[in-house]
Order: sequence, then C-alpha cells, then structure tokens
Amino acid sequence: MIDAQSLNSASGARSDWPRGSVSRIPYWLYSDPDIHKRELERIFYGSHWCYVGMEAELPEPKSFKTTWVGERAVIVTRDRHGEIHAVENHCAHRGVRFCRKKFGQAKTLVCPYHQWSYSLDGRLLGVPFRNGVKGQGGMPEDFALEDHGLNKLKVAVRGGLIFASFDHKVEPFEDYLGPEVLAYYDRIFDGRELKVLGYSRQRIPGNWKLMMENIKDGYHPGLLHTWFVTFGLWRADQQSRMIMDAKKRHACMVSSRNSGGDGEVTQGVSSFRKGMELNDDRLLDVVPEDWWGEPTVVMTTLFPSIILQQQVNSLSTRHIIPRGPDAFDFVWTHFGFAEDGEDMTQRRLRQANLFGPAGFVSADDGEVIEFAQQGMASDPWSRTVSELDGTTTQNTEHMVTECLIRGMYEYYREVMEL
Amino acid sequence: MIEPQTHVAIHALYARYAALLDSGAYEDWLGLFAQECSYLVQPRENFEAGLPLATMRFESRGMLADRIYGVTETLYHAPYYQRHILGIPLVDGEDAGLSVTMNVVVVRTHNDQPSDILLSGEYRDLLLEEDGQLRIAEKRCIFDSELIPNSLIYPV
Repeated sequence: MIDAQSLNSASGARSDWPRGSVSRIPYWLYSDPDIHKRELERIFYGSHWCYVGMEAELPEPKSFKTTWVGERAVIVTRDRHGEIHAVENHCAHRGVRFCRKKFGQAKTLVCPYHQWSYSLDGRLLGVPFRNGVKGQGGMPEDFALEDHGLNKLKVAVRGGLIFASFDHKVEPFEDYLGPEVLAYYDRIFDGRELKVLGYSRQRIPGNWKLMMENIKDGYHPGLLHTWFVTFGLWRADQQSRMIMDAKKRHACMVSSRNSGGDGEVTQGVSSFRKGMELNDDRLLDVVPEDWWGEPTVVMTTLFPSIILQQQVNSLSTRHIIPRGPDAFDFVWTHFGFAEDGEDMTQRRLRQANLFGPAGFVSADDGEVIEFAQQGMASDPWSRTVSELDGTTTQNTEHMVTECLIRGMYEYYREVMEL
Repeated sequence: MIEPQTHVAIHALYARYAALLDSGAYEDWLGLFAQECSYLVQPRENFEAGLPLATMRFESRGMLADRIYGVTETLYHAPYYQRHILGIPLVDGEDAGLSVTMNVVVVRTHNDQPSDILLSGEYRDLLLEEDGQLRIAEKRCIFDSELIPNSLIYPV
C-alpha cells in the first residue's frame, strides 16, 4: 500500500510533499519503483487514452502493427471490413508475446507455440487437438472459445490517429481532450489523409514525466535551443498562448514566429548568437500553409503518451513508451499529407533535421532529460522549483510560465492519490 | 575490374575519414567531401520500407558546415569520444563514380562511463575524383540500431 502517509514515513528516503503543492515536485517521484508501478496501473492502464498509431500505417484491410501502451505490448489491426482494433500481444494460452513484426498482413493472428488462432479483433477461433487425438486428451467439455480471446482494448480513431485504452469505461475521446485542446487537435487532424514519412527511435535514460514536462515548458526553448532564438522560431517575446483542458492534464503551447535577430529578449541570453547565419538556409525554408491560421507552432501534449508536433512545416507524433522509472523509448513518426506536393515533402524532410535524436533543437532535450534524471535519482530528498509565473495553474497569454507543468501535477496528484 | 591502386586510394580515404572524425577534426573531415555532396544517416527500418525520413539529411557542404557549427557551438550535450570501426570495402564501378559499401560500428565513450555502441550499420557511399583526389559525393549511413542511445550529436 502506498499513500502519501506511508510514502513520507516508509524509509525516510522520501521527503514530504505538502498537500496541494504542484510547483515543488519531489525528486523521488522520478525514480521510485512503487510510484512507477502505480503510474502504469492508474495512468497508462487506467481510464486514459494512449496513442497506438496512425490509420495510414494500416492502409489495407487485414493488416497489423505492433506497439505499446505503457509497458504492455499491443497489436493494432484493421479487419477485412476496414475496422480498427487493438488487442494485447500475448496469447491467452501460455502468455507468449507471439507477434514479432512491426508491420504485416494477416487474415488471423496465430501463436506459433501451440497454434491457437485468433481473429483480428481478438476472438479465439480455434485450438489444435481440442477434441483430443484418437480419443485421448483434448480440452475439457466445458472449454469455450469465447472465454479465451486476446485482451481487447477500447479503440478511438479521429482524424487519422488511433488511440486505445485498457479501460472500456473510459470517456469518449473527444470528451477526454475537451473542446479547447480538441480544436487544436483538429487543426492538424481534420480528416485529410496522412502520409507517413518515416520513424526515429531513441531510448532516453530519464523518467517519462520529464518528457511531458519538457513540452509543457515554455521557459526553456528560448534559452536551451540557440537555434530557435537566433532564427525567431521560438522567442520569449512572441505572441503565444498556453492552453489546458479542464482537468489540466493535456496542453497546447501555441505561438507565432517572430522575425528573429536580437532585441530586449535576447539580452543576457548567453545562448543567443548574434549574426549567426546558415551556410545553407534551406534548413529554414519555411512556407506558411493555409491550415495553420495565426499560429506557426503548436506543441500539444496529450496525457500520458503522446506529443503532437507542428513546428512550422515539420509534423510528427512523438510516442512515449515508459521502460521502468528511469527510462523511456521515444518514437517519432514524421508525417505529411497525401495532398502534399514534392516540394512540401522535401521541405518537411529537411526541417526534420531540427528534430529527433540528432535534431538541432531536440537532441539537447534528450540530453538535459538524462542529466535531470541523474541529478534527481542521486538526491531524491530534494524537489523542483517550478514557479515561473507563480504557483497557480490557469491558462496564460504568454509563455514565460511553468503553468502547464503545474497543471499536469494538479491532475497527477488527483489520479495518483498522492 | 577495380584497379589495385583504386582500392589503395579507397582504403586511404576511409582511414582518413575515421581518424578525422574520431579526433574531432570536423573542418578537415568536411574537406573529404566533393563540392557537390549529400550526407544521410538513416534508420534501416525507413530505408527498407522506402520511407524517406532520415536522422540527419544534409544536401550540401553548406548544410554539413551548419551541422558542425551546431555540434560545436549550439547543441548542449555530454561530450563523448567516438571510435569508428570500419569494415572491408565492397567496391563497384559505376558511371557516376565508385560505389562503396562498408560495415561501420561507432563506439561511444562518455566521461566516467564504460564504452557503449552508439550505432551499428553500413555506409553506402558514392565516390568520385575531384582535382585528382577521391572525394565523397554521397554519404549514406544506414544503421541497424533500433534505438539510438539517447542522442546522436557528432557526424558519423
């Protein structure tokens, strides 16, 4: 049993977390195995929608992909009628995680160990030797196929993305996002056909929450990411909004690009490089797209598993797959639209240099998360000071704030009962 | 038929390539590329599926120079040594130049840490002669590694 009381008194290793505090996050929250177990149960396997992929990854009927919800392996399928399903990737017989391909075509799902076979929506279709061999052996009389299907997840599909939940009583996806976040979701995923451009995969040795915090943090991009500052893609003085759903678990950082260069906001910013110019400016060959509207950048965090990135012409989903309390896999799926011309596809691919494990403004995020984990794990008794713009959690019309991080912890404390 | 002296020149080029990268001499390393060149580091997964996304995609010497600037001036990262272990080149003559396929393993060593493997894969390069020297016109590093261990900072 872990609750706030026992956590605080258990071994003396955990510092107190004052009731109601969301601006000072204790470091033990990022490395404690019991906390991690509870996060998986209540958050990733609880009443939340987790990202599992794109419809464009399953273009044909009778196709599948494998992925993860939290630390549980999942198969996402499209059946012969075109409907999407998600089932847990282990056989109902002896637990074998039998599906080993990332993508494939299949009429049925068969575990090779004893050839139990399942429909693409997870129903058990048949088991060998059910009636025995020459009158010997076989399954008991009362063995019923319908009792032994694969674990099924509830599925939501919207605008080309697929989400799943182990909790079949989870609220509808649209309610889960809430109207304000949904509006920014629909801005990208408005029903246009998506085109997958490819994947980047990295393992970041840090707690998964640090990644969510990173994309809820409007404080760091103009400081850590010299590229952003210098070329005006992200500066503390640009027009921006920080928006959360009513439960404050999801967020959008919305902003409009400025002209770059120096000014008041770059004074004292040691990372700013005055006069820095690209040898080949195609890296920042930004062409506005009609569907953007006012903002040029919208970074959306959908708690707990996915970040939706629109940074000028670069689009990606970034999937968070926890691997214990002190690491997570980060899977980037870069995409465009089927309607894109060749020029736009090339532009998206070129701007992808800014992102991913080698990205000009992303490689250093992975690095600082690793360093944060090191500092926190070695001193679990300390706590963060996430108090830029105070200790409150309301939406803002500027980015000089850590309100989104505080908002997430407001929800986190509720769902974790901590 | 590839002439023996061509093989010798290819070996010399790759020995230089690895030595310059492993010693951090990026400006000199850039000098091994042709005036018109491209540089791609791509997961094998994307390569085999025909998906164009690359981990690094630089389409000119200018973009490579921009990467060097980023690595040395703007990207915050833990410094590390890298050590390129290159395989035996498989060489084919083509109209456009020499195509070279070669295994590559890059070992990474962080301060105070044991060494680990940053990347395992192969080069699929196109070489041509420029001003009497063999130069890299196309560098493609197709890597098997399913997960980059956090980040890929320096060129490989």
